Formats: sequence, structure tokens, C-alpha cells
Amino acid sequence: MSKDKENTRKPEDSKATTDKPDIKRRTLLKALVGIPVLGVFAFELLKKRAYDLEKKNRVLKELGLEDIKSPVISKGSSGAKGDLLRIGIIGFGNRAVAHANGLGYIHPDDVEKRRASGSLESWLEQEDLNVALTGICDVFDLHAENGLATANNTIRSGGAKASGIPVKRYRTYQEMLDDKDIDAVMIATPDHHHAPITIAAAKAGKHIYCEKAPVHLEEQLNELYDTVKNSNIVYQLGHQVPQSTIFKQAKDIIKKDILGKITLVETTTNRNTADGAWIRTLDANGKVKPGNEKTIDWEQWLGPAPKVPFSIDRYYSWTKFFDYDIGLIGQLFTHEFDAVNQLLRIGIPKSAVSSGGIYYWKDDRDMADLLNCVFEYPNHDLTLLYSATLANSRSRGRVFMGHDASMELGSAISITADSDSTRYKKQIESGLIDPSGPMVSFNPTSGKIDAVTSATEKYYAARGLTTTTINGRQVDVTHLHIKEWIDCIRNGGTPSANIERAFEEGATIMMAQKAYVEKRRVEWDPINKKIV
Amino acid sequence: MTALVVLRVLIGWHILYEGFSKVLIPNWSSFGFLQESKWILAGFARWVLAHPNALNVVDFLNTWGLIAIGLGLILGLFTRLASIFGALLLFAYYSNNPPFIGLEYSVPTEGNYLVVSKTLIESVALVALAVFPTGLIFGLDMFIWRYRKSKKIK
Repeated sequence: MSKDKENTRKPEDSKATTDKPDIKRRTLLKALVGIPVLGVFAFELLKKRAYDLEKKNRVLKELGLEDIKSPVISKGSSGAKGDLLRIGIIGFGNRAVAHANGLGYIHPDDVEKRRASGSLESWLEQEDLNVALTGICDVFDLHAENGLATANNTIRSGGAKASGIPVKRYRTYQEMLDDKDIDAVMIATPDHHHAPITIAAAKAGKHIYCEKAPVHLEEQLNELYDTVKNSNIVYQLGHQVPQSTIFKQAKDIIKKDILGKITLVETTTNRNTADGAWIRTLDANGKVKPGNEKTIDWEQWLGPAPKVPFSIDRYYSWTKFFDYDIGLIGQLFTHEFDAVNQLLRIGIPKSAVSSGGIYYWKDDRDMADLLNCVFEYPNHDLTLLYSATLANSRSRGRVFMGHDASMELGSAISITADSDSTRYKKQIESGLIDPSGPMVSFNPTSGKIDAVTSATEKYYAARGLTTTTINGRQVDVTHLHIKEWIDCIRNGGTPSANIERAFEEGATIMMAQKAYVEKRRVEWDPINKKIV
Repeated sequence: MTALVVLRVLIGWHILYEGFSKVLIPNWSSFGFLQESKWILAGFARWVLAHPNALNVVDFLNTWGLIAIGLGLILGLFTRLASIFGALLLFAYYSNNPPFIGLEYSVPTEGNYLVVSKTLIESVALVALAVFPTGLIFGLDMFIWRYRKSKKIK
């Protein structure tokens, strides 16, 4: 082999090597053989690019989507302009950790965790909202201490400085609401406390950010609505999902009627783990999580719920029991409903049926682990379907089905033309639109709309990511949702998940729950504002 | 000889277009590819994914590395270097998701492979091209070779 190497190394005109300037024409041409190839390559590349662009523009033009906007982050609408807002968190469990992060606070232990997972940097870049976390209220000492450590940590996002205001622990939420030094509260307790605390906070004049679900019992619905409506506070329900940039694109797509007449919207929950089924009493090592009657104020935790002896299982896995929650409907359908309602503004359904049972997680739970709810909207010619399983994780997506196309909306958007569409009949026949694959997809990580879906795009569309991307930066959607709330407190205006949306959602979930418990079809009486 | 030059130019074309298409896809990232990484480089891939800066560096080097290697192979410029780096890069792709029995990927491949894939073959072909540096005759390396030689003589 080495001999061959020698041979190839020797140029044909070995004479020429001694007097360098004299290169034979033939040798020169041989040496430049790559240049014309490169020319052909450049020509083909430009041709391909022009073809792709032309096809994309033609599809977008046909659909009237040429002017669809890429998301931009609003700047300076909050920030240093407003006064410092003093915030108290009621219930410092898992969800409150996300709230604190969204406000720009972090627990010292989480700094290292985020560093290890690579999410610290994007968090540190998060905008400073000019807020101070000054109050923590929790019935469990350990959780309250976590809250205090978070609020006292000097590491803040967006380069925020410590406010200098001492952080206070409140034993009860009433105590916090009575304190003049708290401007706004964030409620992240178990669901049976949501409505009573919201009503009390609205009466006390505190702005409210409340986790879903807005209500736990039907009776709370009208009182909650009237109290918030008659106050001057800004109310935001904790549905961060529509803050994802693709929701703005989805809104445009609906407005431009790309899908044709939408008659069916299918929403789903697909989980298959014990944690996903709200079995949360044991830690990762199989040990019972901390907490006992001495460290947990059980009376206060139960609140308006029926009196039962202390139970660590009820404390951690409260979602299983109807005394504190309404299961899948309250925990996950709420997010689905809000996503659909933000886009289609369908409001409260005329009727609802629910059916399901406890088929897999056969413990002491009240909530169904398989559940199907059907909501009818005859005034919108539309059926909303919610299908949930806690025993299979096959991704079934969230799909809006129109006569001309279907839109799957997850962490990416993908729109597929219907093969029997009236509107796209010609384009399908001409081959411009192929109904066997997505015709338009929007992927927040690319920041651009893509009409000719490449393999990579298809891959991303199927998978999706958790945060949303704005100007090429990863942004936490909970932060955006909190920011919207704070902007409205400072500058006026109504946040997206306001009390009207919360009332519609509350009524809808109460209908679904009543239909499940009473095993009958229920209807909404819009005049008396109650379920019949 | 001609066959070797043709092979070199074809592989160069392929690699050059792979590089350019990554420039042309808005915000292309190796994120999805690295997420699928199995076998010996999986640990490295996970480390890259956890560090946004490392991911940016990998994306940049990958894209422009491919373009440089592609240009080198087509023009016959630094042919041996381009061949060796090309072979290494392709072997790295192969090692991230080799079609071994028992390793399963969520994205289907475009062909049917058992142990050997097109990527591996292309990688080995580049090793062969490194051994026969055709660029000295059919390529710009000829000029470099002449220049060096003349210097030596002086």
C-alpha cells in the first residue's frame, strides 16, 4: 500500500518540480477539476432554495398566512417603572416553587439543581418584575421554611436587588390578608381552599393569582364571580399554557379560518405513572415523605372539608379524594378547557355527560382514572371531547377538527389538510397541498413558520419542548403568565385568564363532575346561572 | 485513479450540502439528534444537551466543519486533512446511533441497516481517500505540494 501512496504522490511532470513556475496546462486543468463541480453545486443549491421558498410562499399565500407574525417579547411595560409590588404566597408546595421561580426567586438548593440540568442560565436571564416576595403562609413547617429560604435567597433573576423588606411567615391566610404590607397573593393550596381564600382575598383588596381549578363546589361559583367582579383587584387564574408563543399563531390560524368550520375538538390526558395518578405519599426511595400532626396544622389544612383524623396520605395525595379536589376534571381538564376557550371563546356548554371509572389504580381513591366527558355547544355547532387515561401514555394530542383541515396544538402546531376538503380541493388535485402530511407547521424553537415540513420539522412537531422560545431565548411560560398579571396590576387592563374565563371554566368543570357523580346528563341554566 | 477522484467529489458534495442545509434551516440544532444518542457517546451527548453554550459550539462546529470538509473534498484542498476529519465526524455520527441489535430509536431510519450503515461506509471510504490523496493531482493540493517542494529545494 505504501508503494501506491508513493505513486500517487508523484505528479506526472516530475521535471517541472525543479523549476516551479512552469506548470503544464494539462496539470493545471487537472488540479482545478473541483472548481466546475463547485459551480454546479452552487447552481443546484440556489435552484433548490428558490424552489423551496417559492413552494412555501405559494402555500402560505393560498392560506393567507404570509403576514403571520413571529413572537416578540414586550419590553419595559413592567420593570422599574411601577412601584415595588409586595407579594405573599399561600401554600408553598410544588406549584409555589414554580410561582417563586416565575417571580424571580429561587431556593438555594434549586440553584445547583438548575445548574446541573442546564436551566439556570435561561432562568437568570428572566426579566426582573420589580416585586418582593414578603410573605409565606403554609400549614406545614417544612414547606413554610422552604418558602422563607426562597424569599431570603439573594440570587435573583434579571439582576434584581434584595428589597430589604423582612420576609414574614403567616400562620393563617387570614393573617396574611389582614396585613396592609401585602399587595397581592398567589394561591397554590389544595383545590378545596381556592374559592374561600380567593373570596376572602378579593374582599381584603389583594390582587389574586390563583391556581386552577377556580372552584371546588358548585355553590362557590356565583359568590366567587360576584365578589371578584365587585372588587377592584386583578384576578388571574393559573393557566400558563396559552402563554406559549404558538398560541398566538394558533389564534391567527383560527381567525383566518384555515381549518374551515370546526365541529369537533378533542382534548386528552395520557399518563401512566403512579405519580401521574397522584399517588405521592412516598418519596423516590419508597419512604413516607416527612410531616406529622406536630408539624402540620391539620385542622387548618382540612378547612371547610369534612373532619377526618390526620392522614399523611390525604395530605400528600389529596387529589385522589373528592373532599379536596375533583380529580382529572379539576387538575387537567381545566388546562385543556382553558386552551380551547382562549382560542375559540366557546364559554359554558349547553350540556355535559361524563363516564368513567376506577379501572387501574384500585386504591382508596374517589376520582376516576379513566374518564370521558362530552360537552355540547349547539350555539357554536361544536362538540368538545375530553378523554383521559391514567393507565396509558400514548400521546393523543389536542386536535381541532374542521371541514378543511385539522390542527394539532401541543408545544408545536401542525396543520394537515383534510383529503375531502372543499376549500383545498384544487390545491390537493394540483399537488400543491398533500393531505397525507402536515401542510403547515409552526415550531416555537425555529421561530419561523414552515410550509414545507422537513424531516427535522416533523420530528420537532411530534415531540415539542416544555418552555417557549421568544427571540431565540427560552422563557418559562409561568413567568409570562405572572408577568401579564403584574402588568395589569400596574397599568390596568384585564389578564387573559380573568374572572369571566374562570367562571366559564368553573361552570364547565362543575357540570362534568356533577354528570360523573350523578351518572346523568346535566345542562346549564344561563338565566339562573346554575346546573340543572 | 479517476474512480477515487469521483468518489471524493461525490462524498464532498454530499457533506457540503449537509452543511449548507443546516445553515438554511432556521435555527437548526443538533438537539434532536443528540437526544437520540445511544451507545458510547450518549454520556457526552447528554452533557452537551445540558449546557446550552456547549450545544451552540457543537452546532457551529458541526455546520461549518461539514462545509469546510465538503469544500476540501470537492476542490482537493487539504485533501488528506479533510478526509481524516470527515471520517472522524461521520464515525462520530455513526457512534451516536449505530444500528446495533437492541438499540432502538424513536425516529425511523431511511434505509434498513444491521450493524453497518451508509454513514459507516462513507466514513470508511474517507479513510481510503486519506490513504490515496488524489488532491495532489486532481486538486488544489498540487499547488501546495509544488510550493513546499520548491521551498525545500531552496
